[in-house]
Amino acid sequence: MTSLQSEPFVINIGPQHPSTHGVFRLRLTMDGEKITEADMVMGYLHRSMEKLAEERTYTQNIPFTDRTDYLSAMTGNLAYVLAVERLMEVEVPERAKWLRMIMAELQRIASHAMAVGIFANDTGAWQTPVMHMFRDREKILDLFEMACGARLTLNYMRIGGVSRDIPPEWIPQAKKLLKDLPKKFAEYEDLLLTNEIIVARSRGIGVLTPDQAIAHSVSGPMLRGSGVAWDIRKADPYAAYDKVDFDVAVGTNGDVYDRFVVRMAEMRQSLRILEQALEMMPEGPVHARLGAATVQPGGQSIAPLAYRPPVGEAYARIESPRGEIGYYIVSDGSPAPFRFHIRSPSFINLTPLALMTVGSTVADAVVILGSVDIVVGEVDR
Amino acid sequence: MGLLAMLLEGEWYDFGDLAEQIEDWGAPDEAAYVLATLVATVVILLWAVLSVLAFIWIERRVVALMQNRKGPNRVGPAGLLQPVADALKLLMKEAITTAGADRILFWAAPIIIFVPTLAIFAIFPWGENMVLADLNVGVLFLLAIAGINTPAVFLAGWSSNNKYALLGSMRTIAMLISYEIIQVLALLAPVLFVSSMRMADIVSWQEDYVWIVLIQPLGLLAYIIAGAVEMNRSPADNAEAESEIVAGYHTEYGGIKFGFFYQGEYLAGFAIAAAVVTLYFGGWTLFGLEEWIPGWSIFLGKLYTIFFIYIWSRGTLPRLRIDQLMGFAWKFLLPLTIANVLIVGAEVLIWRENELSSWEALPAIAVVNLALGVVLFAGWARFLGHGKGTQAASGAILTQEIGTVHFKPAVGTEAGS
Amino acid sequence: MTATVTGLEVAGAIEQRFPDAVVEATPEYAVVAPEELIEVLTWLRDDDSMLFKFLSSLTAVDREEWFEVVYHLESFRTNRITVIKVRSDDRDDPIVPSVVDVWPGAQLQEREAYDLMGIRFEGNPDLRRIFLWDGFAGFPLRKDYMNLAGGQMAGLERFPGEPGLEFNNRGTQ
Repeated sequence: MTSLQSEPFVINIGPQHPSTHGVFRLRLTMDGEKITEADMVMGYLHRSMEKLAEERTYTQNIPFTDRTDYLSAMTGNLAYVLAVERLMEVEVPERAKWLRMIMAELQRIASHAMAVGIFANDTGAWQTPVMHMFRDREKILDLFEMACGARLTLNYMRIGGVSRDIPPEWIPQAKKLLKDLPKKFAEYEDLLLTNEIIVARSRGIGVLTPDQAIAHSVSGPMLRGSGVAWDIRKADPYAAYDKVDFDVAVGTNGDVYDRFVVRMAEMRQSLRILEQALEMMPEGPVHARLGAATVQPGGQSIAPLAYRPPVGEAYARIESPRGEIGYYIVSDGSPAPFRFHIRSPSFINLTPLALMTVGSTVADAVVILGSVDIVVGEVDR
Repeated sequence: MGLLAMLLEGEWYDFGDLAEQIEDWGAPDEAAYVLATLVATVVILLWAVLSVLAFIWIERRVVALMQNRKGPNRVGPAGLLQPVADALKLLMKEAITTAGADRILFWAAPIIIFVPTLAIFAIFPWGENMVLADLNVGVLFLLAIAGINTPAVFLAGWSSNNKYALLGSMRTIAMLISYEIIQVLALLAPVLFVSSMRMADIVSWQEDYVWIVLIQPLGLLAYIIAGAVEMNRSPADNAEAESEIVAGYHTEYGGIKFGFFYQGEYLAGFAIAAAVVTLYFGGWTLFGLEEWIPGWSIFLGKLYTIFFIYIWSRGTLPRLRIDQLMGFAWKFLLPLTIANVLIVGAEVLIWRENELSSWEALPAIAVVNLALGVVLFAGWARFLGHGKGTQAASGAILTQEIGTVHFKPAVGTEAGS
Repeated sequence: MTATVTGLEVAGAIEQRFPDAVVEATPEYAVVAPEELIEVLTWLRDDDSMLFKFLSSLTAVDREEWFEVVYHLESFRTNRITVIKVRSDDRDDPIVPSVVDVWPGAQLQEREAYDLMGIRFEGNPDLRRIFLWDGFAGFPLRKDYMNLAGGQMAGLERFPGEPGLEFNNRGTQ
């Protein structure tokens, strides 16, 4: 009696697939329904941003930072301008700091709304949560449009401040939104957090212990879902975060459900920050005058927004909705950066994907990928 | 106007006079029977197709309402011609048969799914004296035809020569077989009460006594869930789980072959809704209202209402993983339905043995069944660990100190043991 | 606030434990010799006074005469950050030890540095190209990659429209 010989077979999720959050390919080697190997293939959206940025001035590079993590452009912008400001030792005016914080938190709500909605979509709820959460995201995008003219690729921050001040009707509209949102969040929590099927689909899946998470350089809601209370907004405050009061949401199990719960709790904390910030924001200029840097060595002053930072390097990191986004800028005194490196959270958070996926089924692999919350623009740059 | 009056009057299907007329002409005896059957078949087919078309529009609009958006509203007034556009598109698309596919099976699978589902509608009583095939074993026929779905789905997946389709069909078979057992057990209870499998008998029993839903809440719940799974509908649409394996067993099908699968899913839905209406909700009777309105309109109204529940659950609930779905069937629903049958059997025995009148027996049965149903359902769920431990919902811990670690995995997960 | 451990401080601490490991130290960073890199980084990760358990970023920079790999290390427990670098003078085939055994999170970042800069990490179990396809010729992020006429390199010599400075083969203006 010969024994049954079974062959492992390879299945591709992506690059065109309703659930891969962009062009991303996951090659799974399966033995029946269990995954034995998971290999990631990326680079479908590689646009060589790091090389392109070496040919453009520092201000011309700000639109690039929108397009890496296109779902949270404000934080991308912010990390980059913080790095350049650290290099140039520029002091940002107060109002600009508060505006940056307000925009970053609004962006966080918008991005998490999408992440949570798409996660529910991955588990099979036929786009109902997505549609409702996108409704709220639309209102936030309307606010962005009022402030800077764009909805997705915002290009709002500048080196030394923000590009322009908000119009007078912005704050009343933002306050109206803040009154509506808590009810909506309560509705989403009620519909999604205690939904038995979502709990059954995400509890105990894709577990990362804190040691594994720290060793794999995981950051953001994935790290906090594993129980490590680390938030750069508290650890290394930038842009007026040390003047508002908020909590850090932490999970206990390190599974997909806890990351999802952490994201929903973070949305509520962002609301808290926004309420305080809209009250406490001071008046004043929104852009620093960058004095000597705009004057070139011969004494002739050249067009503003054209700087030659001093020779050196700087690394600045902030808390984006996906994790720790950092920019490493090396300058050689010329108008363009010598090295422009993006430490993108989605890319690095993908490192333990094989660890989390091996041993589970295809349905779980999709849900785990949804919990990592990648944006392929950031993964591939 | 005359046609409308005739339709509403409810007597147009009684071909008695016409039958006598045909016999006077000297036709063989069976001619009237054949004629009536042909007319009824055509009417049922027309109804089925038109209902599917209508429900394509209704489902999309209703799900859109649940999702806070408008559904189709461009094609025709308020999007009413959308199903027509969909049907035309499917008819005109190129019907590709992939190179490695098994041609005969590939062509046969959609037909095998579609035709038996149509055949189910023959056994239901649509109104008084409106049964196309008055079988003595109506319920058995229903269950048998529902079982043909399984090999047909597997044929579709296997013959496509596609990994995704194969995965989808393998999942489906396991799922369908499990839930057929639940269906059979759930449907045993009404049969026990009525002591007949004939659909018309069941309806008249319900007209005389009481709707079976009132004395069988647990059975109805089990049957509705099993029906949703048999239809490959969310929350159990793993077979065609779009976000995971693109389209499961009908990935490779395009054009009108896919149209057959699509229609087949809706027809299966109508069939199960019709079964629920006939067996649990009294069929075409409505406490005597059928004197004024024709029975078939009552039947259709109830059918569409039950189908709405399926649309509702599709728009709201996410999808269970396949092993969770199977666990639900075997560990949860199966013991419950077996217990249900035992309880019903005991009650019927007591009723018949003691020759109680229906006025005494039925309210007692209703109360006992409801109480036992709730207790068994909740108790068994609690026993299996629902809502505790690994399945408990929880919130995030909010903290202000950074650098601390709060990892405490729940017992029962991998990290916790 | 995250305190930055300056290159001089961390170089001093490393020197006490591993003499001759530090090649250069400035206030911004400390350069470690490649032979001792793994030991130094393991010590930085595990020692109770250091505890840099989180690798914030691993990058490669092409400095035209040498390649360098930059490690930004972060410590959650003590809330500090520091910068370590390692250099390789070989312009054709730079080889640097891999830190995947110290921090598994370095895996994808080392693949990226290999793909775009051509630095080979010895000891990395799975060093293949990650963004570009397998047969791609060359390493794009290197400064001598753009084969423009006259051997120009990436960079911007002067601002668009700025009068008068000389070219030194940077940029296309």
